[in-house]
Amino acid sequence: MSNHTETPAASAAAHEHEHGGVAIYAKTLIALLFLTAITIAAASFNFGQGNVVIALAIATMKGSLVVLFFMHLRWDKPVNRIIAMAGFLFLGIFIAFCLLDFNSRNNYVPQNMHPTVIPLAPGTAPAGAVERTNPAALAAEGEKK
Amino acid sequence: MSTTSVDLQSHGQAAGHAAAHHDDPHHQHHFTTMEQQFDTSKIGMWLFLATEVLLFGGLFVGFGMMQARYPQEFVEAHTHLVRWQGSLNTVVLLISSFTMVLAVTAAKKSQKSKQVLFLSLTIVCAVIFLIVKYFEYAHKWEEGWLPGKYYSYKADPIPACTITPGPPTAAATTPAPNAQPCTNGYSTFFSFYFMMTGLHGIHILAGIGVLTWLLIRARRGEFSASYYTPVDLVGLYWHLVDLIWIYLFPLYYLIQ
Repeated sequence: MSNHTETPAASAAAHEHEHGGVAIYAKTLIALLFLTAITIAAASFNFGQGNVVIALAIATMKGSLVVLFFMHLRWDKPVNRIIAMAGFLFLGIFIAFCLLDFNSRNNYVPQNMHPTVIPLAPGTAPAGAVERTNPAALAAEGEKK
Repeated sequence: MSTTSVDLQSHGQAAGHAAAHHDDPHHQHHFTTMEQQFDTSKIGMWLFLATEVLLFGGLFVGFGMMQARYPQEFVEAHTHLVRWQGSLNTVVLLISSFTMVLAVTAAKKSQKSKQVLFLSLTIVCAVIFLIVKYFEYAHKWEEGWLPGKYYSYKADPIPACTITPGPPTAAATTPAPNAQPCTNGYSTFFSFYFMMTGLHGIHILAGIGVLTWLLIRARRGEFSASYYTPVDLVGLYWHLVDLIWIYLFPLYYLIQ
């Protein structure tokens, strides 16, 4: 790929015509459809926490195929690759810091939204209702931790 | 001036190409060469796509947080989505990306009839996607699986809360003894569902708009090996819309 920097601008454009090709795009499409089938099949098994990891890993593989081959980033100029990578890098920083913040909190209900309680019809109080009268969010939080 | 020297240099180095492009009606005067003009457009498109990644990224982060907040409700709510419809739309969008890249290739090779064919196929795929989406939305509308306060489905395992704006009231903090807990999880799931698939759907609609514009221009034979910038850039946009769906599909239709 270092050819890009050495060749004059005019022949670089001619050079770009040679990349890709119907055969490569067809193989990319087949790989994408195959990975879609795998991710659907994997969702019918229960791997616990592993399910979301597998689903996102396959999605990232599919996304990489789209970006590298369909969007031509594999053969594109370095400046475009840097811009694309910068976008994903800052998205990664965004996600990582939000997860850090999220994991350090124990109550996620925003100040202006609070769960209310629905009164039951008289005489229909279920067993254990007294224990479950704490504000719903906090009670559910306690059970999950 | 350095501009002049670059101009002279490029004329000298690429005499054949520069001469061929010099009379090109698409060549704007503030660019030295057609290649420079093309590269500048492409950088602009990639910058736009980076902002699109961050736009959807914010929604994905919000979705992830609320899924961690309401894991049980999100799994229950996602069973209301029809998996085969989401899978069909995934396949349709992947095929549309393939036809789009073939349209770009045809434009680079100055093949007019192939450009028209593959641009039309891409538009057909986009329309199929929206038709499937229409049936999905209509079903959710009928069942009351709607965002936020419009959520009116009654058969959930945990009843939905009535969300009241403002600071907590005395009734909320000290509930009556015969009260049962409720949840905002289901309506939150559908708030994110409609926001994210809706914003994605708007991108599909915009895509149909620009693809139709390309189709009209391609029928006039405006794109060729010497000028295909619009086809290339719309192609990049269309693949990004596909890329976003690649992440939306497993997160909404396949979560456990």
